[in-house]
Amino acid sequence: MSVIVPASLNDALQALARSPHATLLAGGTDLMVELNGGHRQVSEVVALARVAELRTWHHDPVAGVLHIGAGVTYAEIADEPIASWVPALAQAARTVGSPQIRHAATIGGNLGTCSPAGDGLPVLAALDATVHLASAAGARDLPLAEFMVAPKRTARLPGELITGVTVPVLGGWQGYSKVGVRNAMVIAVASVALVTDTVTESVRLALGSVGPTVLRCPDAERFAREHVDFEHRRVAAEALQRFVELARDEARPIDDHRSTAAYRRHAVGVLAGRLLRRAFPNE
Amino acid sequence: MAASATASRPDGVAKVQGTFAFSSDLTADGFLWGATLRSPHPHARITGIDVSGAWRIPGVEAVVTAADVPGKATYGLISSDQPVFASDVVRYVGEPVAAVAADHPDTCRRALAAIVVEYELLAPLVDPQRAVDGTHPSIHPDGNVVRHQRIVRGDQTIDGPVVVEGTYHLGMQDQAFLGLEAALAVPDSGGDGVELFVATQWLHEDQKQIAACLGFPAHKVRLTLGGVGGAFGAREDISLQVHTCLLALRTGRPVRMAYSREESFLGHVHRHPCTIWMRHHAELDGRIRRIEARFVFDGGAYASTSSAVLINAVTHAQGPYKCDNATVDGWAVRTNNPPCGAMRGFGVVQACFAHEGQMDRLAAAVGSDPVSIRLLNAMQTGDHLITGQVIQNVAPVARCIQETAALPLPDQPVGGHDANPLRLPGGSGLTADVGHVRRGIGWGVAIKNLMYSEAFDDYSTARVRLADGVAFVKFATSEVGQGFVTIAGQIARSVLGVDEVVLEPIDTTIGSAGSTSASRQTWMSGGAVDGACRLVRERLFERVGTAHGVDPLRLAIDGSDVVDTGGTLRVPVGLASAGVVIEQTFEHHHRPTEDLDEMGQGNCHTAFAFVAHRAVVDVDLELGLVKVVQIATAQDVGRALNPLSVVGQIEGGIAQGVGLAVMEEIIQEGGHVRNASFTDYLLPTFLDMPDVVISLIEEPDPMAPLGAKGVGEPPTISSTPAVVAAIRDALGKDLWRVPVRPADICL
Repeated sequence: MSVIVPASLNDALQALARSPHATLLAGGTDLMVELNGGHRQVSEVVALARVAELRTWHHDPVAGVLHIGAGVTYAEIADEPIASWVPALAQAARTVGSPQIRHAATIGGNLGTCSPAGDGLPVLAALDATVHLASAAGARDLPLAEFMVAPKRTARLPGELITGVTVPVLGGWQGYSKVGVRNAMVIAVASVALVTDTVTESVRLALGSVGPTVLRCPDAERFAREHVDFEHRRVAAEALQRFVELARDEARPIDDHRSTAAYRRHAVGVLAGRLLRRAFPNE
Repeated sequence: MAASATASRPDGVAKVQGTFAFSSDLTADGFLWGATLRSPHPHARITGIDVSGAWRIPGVEAVVTAADVPGKATYGLISSDQPVFASDVVRYVGEPVAAVAADHPDTCRRALAAIVVEYELLAPLVDPQRAVDGTHPSIHPDGNVVRHQRIVRGDQTIDGPVVVEGTYHLGMQDQAFLGLEAALAVPDSGGDGVELFVATQWLHEDQKQIAACLGFPAHKVRLTLGGVGGAFGAREDISLQVHTCLLALRTGRPVRMAYSREESFLGHVHRHPCTIWMRHHAELDGRIRRIEARFVFDGGAYASTSSAVLINAVTHAQGPYKCDNATVDGWAVRTNNPPCGAMRGFGVVQACFAHEGQMDRLAAAVGSDPVSIRLLNAMQTGDHLITGQVIQNVAPVARCIQETAALPLPDQPVGGHDANPLRLPGGSGLTADVGHVRRGIGWGVAIKNLMYSEAFDDYSTARVRLADGVAFVKFATSEVGQGFVTIAGQIARSVLGVDEVVLEPIDTTIGSAGSTSASRQTWMSGGAVDGACRLVRERLFERVGTAHGVDPLRLAIDGSDVVDTGGTLRVPVGLASAGVVIEQTFEHHHRPTEDLDEMGQGNCHTAFAFVAHRAVVDVDLELGLVKVVQIATAQDVGRALNPLSVVGQIEGGIAQGVGLAVMEEIIQEGGHVRNASFTDYLLPTFLDMPDVVISLIEEPDPMAPLGAKGVGEPPTISSTPAVVAAIRDALGKDLWRVPVRPADICL
């Protein structure tokens, strides 16, 4: 096994140009588990820990966006100041693994692995995040929905690197909830991110662990937009119930060793309803 | 000895600092790595094994299969029914088929991949009921029923007036010790013996089984305990011991084997899944008149300790309650599921989950409450078990219940005073708001036998040498984390009045100490160390008496001095033992026990301990998530020789009981384990662990050499039913299966 440890983004892209199929190593919280378990063999590794450009974030108050480098860890995202700009992403970050894992795991790794249970992904989906990719030939941006292709498959091409993700900094309430069969350090059985935007008066909903990739819920979002009262932070109980049903309908869950499809469908409905109530506490 | 001592653990600092050498840290010059090829099928006939591909890989030094086992082809704790390597048939997923030794773990991995095993698939037996019914062909020459035992006592015609009935099921729990299986085998230069460093629960039993398989006399296999990172029953059976020795003898070089977590799940026995039906007949006031019960234990592919686990279950079917009439049937059967054997609680966990569910049903049926119904039926010293055995131990069942009831309930409302969402069900997932949560309270009470049963003499040996004021203590007692090394030092210091105690290596150069299991080592090895110290002290007193013209019977230890209780003589132990060596060996045997007869009657158990648990849980009814808030417990400990260690055992045992109640289960499909990792086999985290409030009931047991009862198992046993009862209480719905899954609560 060869391991290349580039010290700059340019070096990393050059290394990938030479070895476009090299395995990328960031925090290692997915890759090392697979390697140590003997479930994966790799021959070439590009380790990104020393690429400083990937480990920074940048807040642009004028554009109202936050750019997060792919190498930023969940521990950083869970903390201020990022937590104030994207509270739901911070909440998601706090549910990832243990403190040790959060200090190693990166947002870029979460994107690259593209597990339907990835905790950052529902929030990024609800935020309509843009994924930044780069290769020695140039850079390109993809909406998250286009970036995620299938379970553990993305639109990243050989020789490309995820350099970061850009999300809007919004005014409204946002939150993330996740069900697992343990009160901490657990993989999501079902998860939901709900983001509100006071400017466009929109509600965005994304579901995790109930489909091949993270799912947005256009019907539920449209319905919510018509039935919530942003000014008084109000939603009627019947409307909330309908929102729950629409969210449940969007789920495409499966049975596996972690849970059942029936429970997952039920759970995303409950979580969607609770998050909507948190966003709009008044009846 | 000094009761209430809080001596610190001799291995404590090293373990906290990470310098303690666990068996997986062992190494030797020029060692090779060993690895095991395992069956991918639950049931298949082996039609061919071609190992030539493995031999062609550079760095491979040995490849062994069943054909290379020089001695007995099989091993086992009770019946020798498990092959060292499968030769004709594989009976579970993970069964060893071959092993290799090579210069690097990667070489091992490639070598295993290069071994070609041809299998002809056979229909797996995965439903234990079919083994009971006899509707599946035998999957083993010994048949599909490992043991059937009846208990028939008293009047079989009693019916009612109050009848409650239920069926209960427990999933397969894993011991999930943190220190994975690991061993280092070093062959003797002539190849006619081997030294094995291994994490195990019983060195001498391992020695016996390994030697038989290697075709050596026992003394040619010498064992030293490697650092053990937890056991909980999973190290009672042989796992990698014979394979490691065999590879070392084949290559003439030291061989190291170490399992991964995934391999560990396949490589050791688990807690038996069990289905239990029970019917209680009671008076109108709730007094139990008769119990009927039927147990089916899924033992998996090989016998392991299934027959003893079964006996524990059926003989504890009544729980800690008076009962004169009983009809109990129990089966331990063979299936193509992973083998099951010993785990903390050993059959009584299963029985207790059922009898405690029954007590709550009974309370509801007669309009009583969980505490009153249990107090009404609580057994005491002198009562009979349904086996006819009289409880001769201290049996403070009522006191356990009353003292538990007297412990304060949590003063925190749902979510705590600060409404910290982490304290709600769902924890860090932020799923619940306070309004979604309901609190419940539940009870569990247990009786647990201590030491081995059914005429087994599980004695323990200790040797103590006093020289120049220092006591050297030798035993083969496996220290698996329970703290016997602390207790042994405490005993030697208090009996002999020495300041310095040297614990010698734990190995097979002394007689057996029996297994570190069945809550037995404080009683048994504690008794042996105490006995040896007392013999040494007698010799010391004789010497001091002769030197000073005092009757040795008048001498006693006071602090670190020998004193004349009838005079003024006072000699420091260091001085009294200067220049001499006094050495004594002592074997502690417990009183003999009997086999059960056909009707399940007989004094089969050695001694008993008791415990009560009260659980408080918060339940998110809509999502089915649970936060166990508090567990209160009063435990019959006899005497707490080291209260801090006792508290540690209680808290750890409760963590395992909570785990079984709400999350710990090996998920299987057709004999395949689906969650052989800590990603998916979930253990309680700090956020899942309740506050534990404890009352130690200290009534020294006259039958115990130090007055102390074993404390390791009881905390695990009734904490599980207490948690489930609390969830039922919050929910108002029947739940008769553990672990309770979210969907069981909310769908």
